[in-house]
Amino acid sequence: MAGLAVIRVAACALALAALVAGCGRAGEGTTLRFWAMGREAEVLAELMPEFERTHPGIHVRVEQLPWTAAHEKLLTAVAGDATPDLCQLGNTWLPELAALNALAPLEARIAASRGVPRADYFPGIWATNVIGGHVFGVPWYVDTRLLFYRRDLVAAAGYDHPPRTWDELKAEAAAVQARGHDAYGILLPLNEYEPLLAFGLQQREGLLREDNTRGNFSSAAFRRTLGFYVSMFKDGLAPPVSNSQIANVWTEFGRGYFAFYISGPWNIGEFNRRLPEALKGRWETAPLPGPEGPSASIAGGASLAVFRRSAHPDEAWQLVEYLSDPAVQARFHALTGDLPARRSAWSAPGIAADSHTAAFADQLERVKPTPPVPEWEEMMTEMRVVAEHVVRGDTSIEEGTAELDRRADRMLRKRRELVAEGHAP
Amino acid sequence: MIRRGTGLWFATPALAVIAVFFFLPVAGALVLGFTDFDIYAIADLRNVRFVGLRNFQELLATPLFWRALGNTLYFAVVGVPLSMAASVGAALLLNSPLARLKSFYRTVLFAPVVTTLVAVALIWRYLLHTRYGLLNYGLGLAGISPIDWLGNPTTALPAIILFSVWKNFGYNMVIVLVALQQIPEDLYEAASLDGASAWQQFRHVTLPSLRPTLAFVGILTLAAYFQLFAEPYVMTQGGPAQSTLSILYFMYDEGFKWWNLGRASAVAFVLFLMMFAVTGFNAWLAQRRAA
Repeated sequence: MAGLAVIRVAACALALAALVAGCGRAGEGTTLRFWAMGREAEVLAELMPEFERTHPGIHVRVEQLPWTAAHEKLLTAVAGDATPDLCQLGNTWLPELAALNALAPLEARIAASRGVPRADYFPGIWATNVIGGHVFGVPWYVDTRLLFYRRDLVAAAGYDHPPRTWDELKAEAAAVQARGHDAYGILLPLNEYEPLLAFGLQQREGLLREDNTRGNFSSAAFRRTLGFYVSMFKDGLAPPVSNSQIANVWTEFGRGYFAFYISGPWNIGEFNRRLPEALKGRWETAPLPGPEGPSASIAGGASLAVFRRSAHPDEAWQLVEYLSDPAVQARFHALTGDLPARRSAWSAPGIAADSHTAAFADQLERVKPTPPVPEWEEMMTEMRVVAEHVVRGDTSIEEGTAELDRRADRMLRKRRELVAEGHAP
Repeated sequence: MIRRGTGLWFATPALAVIAVFFFLPVAGALVLGFTDFDIYAIADLRNVRFVGLRNFQELLATPLFWRALGNTLYFAVVGVPLSMAASVGAALLLNSPLARLKSFYRTVLFAPVVTTLVAVALIWRYLLHTRYGLLNYGLGLAGISPIDWLGNPTTALPAIILFSVWKNFGYNMVIVLVALQQIPEDLYEAASLDGASAWQQFRHVTLPSLRPTLAFVGILTLAAYFQLFAEPYVMTQGGPAQSTLSILYFMYDEGFKWWNLGRASAVAFVLFLMMFAVTGFNAWLAQRRAA
């Protein structure tokens, strides 16, 4: 018994010593708090040892946020002065955090750095990080929406190429649908605003007007876009369903329940993993069809942003530079499937060899940023709701777009007032 | 005098806690309801303005608010009686002298109450699935074509009511069961000697004896049903076509998704007034009946 007690005391002492030593080591250098989300955060753990080896004295603590809670967590952190040093930031959230005055402008660092050459980034993606003349983020990985399609079904319907225009998309969807029963041409989930937004960005006219202080949804251009979107439901080519009703998008795509699907790069990996072996090579990606040929899509993805309140902005910037290195970007792609923001990373064998990413490379040269106002996501939610009402026949396109403008104008009222007073965020 | 003062001293810590953690936030929320506190105000407090009753005026002019209010009322008006009927029915069955395995059934019927809402909501999403769901399979056997329960704006809320009743009735069932067991047996004996049928016994003996319990259970259930949030949050995200958006969900979106904290506080205040009125009316009704 006595022996056991001695061992126990010794073990405690050892544990305590280890704890103290651990604390001591962390205290010597700088500890960076890095907030990242979902899968990216998991993968970062594998990239950090090399950074810490090449940057002695900097220790990185990656804190993982679930995507669903990240938005609230970020805003409450800003409100409570508890922001980390740097963060992975979806580029639709950037305007909000910039409006909150939470992010450090990076243009001086970018100009002084050789690690972040602006010319190596897709211009549409870079533009999403520029707000009011300041650069608030460095693109980390990119995404956009384009067409996933079943090549075999399209070929069986008599087409040897994916659609390039809106008319071709409808014609091919109709031809595919005519061949199967209990099947649709295209899936446009009603709980996603992105397909409609992507089509909307293809118009020359902007979605907001007057210095982004008023909605421009009643413009002829957007009415035409909404008309095209709704017509796919009215003609029976798209089922009026939301994602939760399609139990499993991948299985249904494999079954041929629909032949066209507008989605992003994460689905390349998902389709590769989840579709049966027999379907390999029978699905492909294509640039998003436009009104008169391949056109714009959404400039999406995530950037790396440094917080204004960070006590270690220099070290945080070193981490941004490290993660922007083409070799690290290629490794990051291999681990996550996320598409690299740097064009030079795209020549890495893993990316260049994949036929599915080629369409993304093409599309990314033509992506367009959405208006950089913090109210944007709320407005998109309204757009989705109004579009769903039009699809379900509760309201007309004219009434729907007019209502959308009214709601947008109300959301933007405060912004309008602040702009008029001359201290717009 | 001294004794009263001493008592106050003993109550002070509790009162202080209630003041700091309850009355202060409530008062703060009420004040927020009269401002345009939003994301610009979080950035710079100078961007907060008093807007008087504008939040309330705009709220009343927002179709979505009325939609959410209508959905919540629909949910409460249909769900509360259904839930109470299910509770009383199950309690009567459990209390019946003919029932076997009472404790087993009591546990089984109570089980949904103690399960995690999110987990069972996910399971119900599968039960309600259009093409693979058990419910539609059963309807199919009866020759009824499948219903898109959670995807159709007219059936989504009834489906959620069904789920909520299933999830919640066990709690009230236990309370009603206790009340049933406290009804003196001689009342029933006297009634049957007078030749009362089973229905008449239920109508004239059981129900009057249960009235105080039912009034209490009704108020609690109503208050809970007015706060519908998690079920649509997990099962439908307020859709399809906003048919399952509740007042609380609306408030959550305004406040924590869009950071219109001023408007969200106004919603909270309206909800508070409504629940105060409804439960007050309910209590008044119960008192008048008892008198």
